[in-house]
Amino acid sequence: MIKLFWRDVTLAVRSGGGFGLALIFFLIVVVLVPFAIGSDQIMLSKVAPGVLWLGALLACLLSLDRVFGLDFEDGTLDLLATSPIPLEGVYLAKVAAHWLTTGLPLTLAAPIYGLLFNLDFEVRQLLFLSLLFGTPALSLIGSFGSSLVLGVKRGGLLLSLLVLPLYIPTLIFGAQVARSAAIGQNFEVPLVLISIVSLITLAILPFAAAAALRINLR
Amino acid sequence: MLHGMSFSVSHGEALLIRGENGIGKTSLLRCISGLQAPKSGSIELSQTLAYAAHVDGIKGSLSVMENLQFWSHIYGGSNPKPALETYNLSDFAQRPAGNLSAGQKRRLGLARLLVSGAKLWVLDEPTVSLDAKNVLLFLRVLRDHLDGGGAAVLSSHIDLNIKMKAIDLINFKALKSDGNFEFMELLE
Repeated sequence: MIKLFWRDVTLAVRSGGGFGLALIFFLIVVVLVPFAIGSDQIMLSKVAPGVLWLGALLACLLSLDRVFGLDFEDGTLDLLATSPIPLEGVYLAKVAAHWLTTGLPLTLAAPIYGLLFNLDFEVRQLLFLSLLFGTPALSLIGSFGSSLVLGVKRGGLLLSLLVLPLYIPTLIFGAQVARSAAIGQNFEVPLVLISIVSLITLAILPFAAAAALRINLR
Repeated sequence: MLHGMSFSVSHGEALLIRGENGIGKTSLLRCISGLQAPKSGSIELSQTLAYAAHVDGIKGSLSVMENLQFWSHIYGGSNPKPALETYNLSDFAQRPAGNLSAGQKRRLGLARLLVSGAKLWVLDEPTVSLDAKNVLLFLRVLRDHLDGGGAAVLSSHIDLNIKMKAIDLINFKALKSDGNFEFMELLE
């Protein structure tokens, strides 16, 4: 499993489509926001935490169809399914690799991008924390979606339609954490809630994804 | 598609699955490897198996050696070097696997079987895109595998010059196409 994880990380880094693309997409979204809603400093710093969360979430979507799609196309998934590793383990290794190459870079980038909105250190700190606890759920849910749309031609769009509604709880609590500092509310409760979302998905989705993979490999 | 099949393969034996296109050779092999479930009947395996199909699961951006090392770790960590030498791939070990020709890729896919250490090989058209010389090489490796107590179930369109049991799927074709896919498989 650890080998599978490192292989996926290596593949993501070598093919370049992994974190580089997501980070640049995230940056572009963030840069576009002031053009869309004007350069009012106060308003921007109010919406910034939510915008940064939304940008990270959308950037996370970009690489999702590759999680299982590439291995499905070149037959690796068949071979992994007949190997001694359980499919639940394959899923977890792939989620971990996706998080390391997408979720973690987005988490590290968000506080820096926050500077563009003139956010306080405290808000950027909470943004970092909320993404750190929330992005695992994004990778878990997204990879599950990727296992569902295997074999569907142009599954990318379908994948977004499936996954985005499932991202709603993560987004609500995540953005709430980042916003709470700005509006002087307690941030612990949403932070606990977002961790709960991550943990529940971690507990349930490996089995759901493995079942979806088994059906799609048939 | 197929019904009323029953066969067994034991150590040192190979079984050739024959039949026209679309009769269900691949489905049968996928059932044996557990990728599909038969409609009825059961498959009993007592050994780990390694499956090889039309696509070899090779990652183009990894080197030949890295591809094989990955599979060797998945199956428990045997040394991939002898497998590369067996299939004359040592010279390409550090090359990106994406640059290999179709025949070389197939050899790399077959080398994966050696590093897997699995006793049972389930092979779907293993000789596709191999030239005559490499078909002989594959047969030699297969014979060594059988002599070493291994077993194999394979489908092939060309005659394989090796002693093995054969079944023709035409004898098990369901008269009505009711999707009743039934067979028994026993490996001891």
